[in-house]
Amino acid sequence: MAAPTIEYVSVRIGDQVFGVAVSDIREVFAPHAITPVPRAPEGIAGLLNLRGRIVTMIDARSRLGLAARAAAAPAMALGLEDGPDLYGVLVDTVGEVLRLDPAAADAAPGHLDARWRPLIRGVHRLDGQLLAILDVRALIGRRGALAA
Amino acid sequence: MDDLIGEFLAETGESLDVIDAELVRFEANPSDRAILDNVFRLLHTIKGTCGFLALTRLEAVAHAGETLLGRFRDGTRAPDSHAVTLVLEALDRIKLILRGMETGGAEPQGDDRDLIARLEALAEGRIAAPPPPPPTPQPIRAAEPEPACLDAKPEADGEWRYDADLGRPLRPGEVSLAELEAAFLATPGPQDIDDADEAGEGALLTAPASGAPPVHAAPAAAGPRGAATIRVSVDVLEGLMTTVSELVLARNQMQQLVHVSDDGALKGPLQRLTSVTAELQDGVMKARLQPVGDAWRKLPRIVRDACQDLGKQIRLVQEGEDTELDRQVLELIRDPLTHMIRNACDHGIERPEVRRAAGKPGTGTIRLSACHEGGAIVLTLADDGAGLDARRIRDKVLEKGLATPEELAGMSEAQVQRFIFAPGFSTAAAVTSLSGRGVGMDVVRTNIEQIGGAIDLTSAPGAGTVFTIRIPLTLAIISALIVEAGGARFATPQLSVRELVRVGPQAAVKIETLNGAHLIRLRDRLLPVVALSAALHPDAPAPIPSSGYVVVLEAAGRRIGLMVDDVIDTVEIVVKPLSGLLRQTGVFAGATIMGDGSVIMILDPNGLAQACAIAGEGDGEAQAETARASAAVTQGPPLQRLLLVRAGGPAPKAVPVSLITRLEELDASAIECIDARHVAQYRGQLLPLAHAAGPGAFRTDGRQPVLVFTEDGRSAGVAVDAILDVVEEAFDLELGSHRPGVIGSAIIQGQATDLLDIAWFMQRAWDAAPPRSASVRASRPAVLLVDADAFSRRMLAPLLAAAGYELTIASGLHEARDAARMGARYDVLVGDPGALAKLAAEGLFADVPRLGVADGASGILDGFVAIMPPGDRGGLIAALDQAARAA
Repeated sequence: MAAPTIEYVSVRIGDQVFGVAVSDIREVFAPHAITPVPRAPEGIAGLLNLRGRIVTMIDARSRLGLAARAAAAPAMALGLEDGPDLYGVLVDTVGEVLRLDPAAADAAPGHLDARWRPLIRGVHRLDGQLLAILDVRALIGRRGALAA
Repeated sequence: MDDLIGEFLAETGESLDVIDAELVRFEANPSDRAILDNVFRLLHTIKGTCGFLALTRLEAVAHAGETLLGRFRDGTRAPDSHAVTLVLEALDRIKLILRGMETGGAEPQGDDRDLIARLEALAEGRIAAPPPPPPTPQPIRAAEPEPACLDAKPEADGEWRYDADLGRPLRPGEVSLAELEAAFLATPGPQDIDDADEAGEGALLTAPASGAPPVHAAPAAAGPRGAATIRVSVDVLEGLMTTVSELVLARNQMQQLVHVSDDGALKGPLQRLTSVTAELQDGVMKARLQPVGDAWRKLPRIVRDACQDLGKQIRLVQEGEDTELDRQVLELIRDPLTHMIRNACDHGIERPEVRRAAGKPGTGTIRLSACHEGGAIVLTLADDGAGLDARRIRDKVLEKGLATPEELAGMSEAQVQRFIFAPGFSTAAAVTSLSGRGVGMDVVRTNIEQIGGAIDLTSAPGAGTVFTIRIPLTLAIISALIVEAGGARFATPQLSVRELVRVGPQAAVKIETLNGAHLIRLRDRLLPVVALSAALHPDAPAPIPSSGYVVVLEAAGRRIGLMVDDVIDTVEIVVKPLSGLLRQTGVFAGATIMGDGSVIMILDPNGLAQACAIAGEGDGEAQAETARASAAVTQGPPLQRLLLVRAGGPAPKAVPVSLITRLEELDASAIECIDARHVAQYRGQLLPLAHAAGPGAFRTDGRQPVLVFTEDGRSAGVAVDAILDVVEEAFDLELGSHRPGVIGSAIIQGQATDLLDIAWFMQRAWDAAPPRSASVRASRPAVLLVDADAFSRRMLAPLLAAAGYELTIASGLHEARDAARMGARYDVLVGDPGALAKLAAEGLFADVPRLGVADGASGILDGFVAIMPPGDRGGLIAALDQAARAA
């Protein structure tokens, strides 16, 4: 099949499964020892040390307006680069990589939560569940900043 | 060969920057032989290397420039501005060719005959000869000893020798390629360039050179190259940095494993691994630091050229060139600085006639300084030019629609001035070759903000403009105090930490509260205190802890106390910049990774002070900075700060605060009486003591308050019964007390108060051990140095002390007034002419000879022995000696 497909890694945040374009992310890692940053904007979980580099951790639940994760609950992180800065997006679990045809996706529904609308690029109908395509660059708040 | 060329390019680029700066210095100081020798040596090295690498175009230009420099050296040609300009032009041509080589890998095509002809004409003092046939590039062949130079006729005959290797006649003063190569072959390898240089120079310069006397003695002046340094490519450094980071992680994992396994045998090696890793990390970071002066090297040349182009007289003063910063930052501020210097030359400094009409010296001054402040690097660029034209800025703002007239009307002067940083704003009426090419201060601002820095300005009409650039530490290494508050650790830049005070119910200092604001009494004043955890979590205020430590910070000129739960350690930390999302917090300067791999935040003392709303008036402070930077004589406040004490009797006694080094409370049991003299162990030394109410008044138990004074490197303490208060008051001192230990009295706070004669008490305290230099003192002339500028003081004080003067330093007029009121006697007054004139006008030290020291000034001023520039050290001491003898 010659249809161009995009690789998405599926991640679970709360009860929802999202797809994140593999090309957007640099790596997946297990976060440890996050240092909270007082007075930081909402949604910033803190900083951590990833092989000698400092990563700004973004809490996807907070950005999406979901309930905070239980303190001891395990989490995974998607690492991405923005210029010289490294960001990590905290998610609950990371699943498999899916190859999907972007043309097959539906547009994000219009009555979506206002916090979700700028972050969801589309919805794929998979067997038994919906996969929302999450724009992680918009999630870390840099896409908007770059456009401005 | 490619490697050789690459190395040559790097080295030559550096040398050329040095030559540029040196030549400008030389032009101002034509008698300074050392500078010329250095320039000559550098250019000669470049020329020599060109010959070796068969870079004929470069070599020809370098040679012609060198020949002209040689004429400066042997005195046959005066280094006037025309000649220096021509040499600079030759350097520019060399740079142009080098740039071509960088991109093309080989010398670009081009014709330098015109330039060379002009250089030669000037060197020979004759009309330019018809240009020689264009040089044809030719690889170096094996050297055949050629007797060419032995039977060659002197050039004065006008005949040029023919060189077979080059395939063209030799130029005046030139030596054949064969000789050149022989000289290079005869010298040791590149590992000892200086040797090669000298040998090469000796061989070349003794060749007959156009009838000029041969120049001997190649200067062995220390060049920028030394055996202790090698060149390392930035990529290598970056690679090392990454590797070290990986090593740190591996070490951290190992640490974790050892911790879990609890295997004692591993602990030793792990500890060693930890310390070696830390050292390595430290070393790599330090390798990236460069003095800020490296980014300034081109600036003297730029200013000089601007002077020539614009018909202005401008002096560039550079201070703090040694301040180190990360090379990455250095690269990023280079262009903005250059642009700002050009702006200052072009728009800031007025033409000499305009300046004189305004009562200013014809020569304008641009002062560029760098220093560390509060963990940031602060660059200040101050000019004493016309200042910003607020009216024109307003017009332009309206014209460009950047603000409405109503908005403008509501803005302060400082806000209006800041419009020059707005995008697309440029006030220059005419576009000149120097600046005003459409890119203006907004580009400068953007560049600086990109590295997380900030720029601000203050300007006063007629007095000049001061730009302040604050660059964050980013990748620098700083020494930091690690503190703990609310269960988290934070790093505080050690540079802004003044002291640590333990507070608590059991400690000597307690937190006091005034309408919800916390304060501590720190010696003679009240210090506002904020709890760090409260400052960091303003929405969830926690009660201030009753005990802990107060870190006294000095941030942007003010002091605040930061209450923390614990002080853990002082460590060198690597500052990592914060990501864009976190920069807006304003209270952090970065983050760092600790030895255990955890991340902690670095506090920004300035930001914290502002966040805690202890901020003073920003504009007012900036104005004060303008005043300081433009070296205006600040009018000392007529108010005096006095410490009121009780000593023998209920009436308070007063001591000027400016004389006191510190206030102490000593344990009475620690005060010993030896041979009827009182002494106490104090900071590892014996502090001689005298009591203001007589020897019998010392306390026998409890704590004894002591005022510590320091003079001439020695300290003495004056004990009192109690320290009462600090008052600020203008008062008239009635001199002429006959009681020992009292200078006179004054009405202070409506009460007749005796002023203690500190000098008398100190002498009494010292009587136990005769003054170290009692006999010398009598013969050494006493000098009072008055200068509000800390830099001048730092520069002058060692000079005067080394010259054998008994030196007293007053950092401002009020200190000098104190000294006068305390009855001090001096043989000569030295320092800021404005301040000295003011003292004389007040009738203080009126009969003492005055020697003014001022930048860029020399000559005679009414009432002064002389006015000397601070750079003329010999002249200064000579004038001082003369004045002291006359006194």
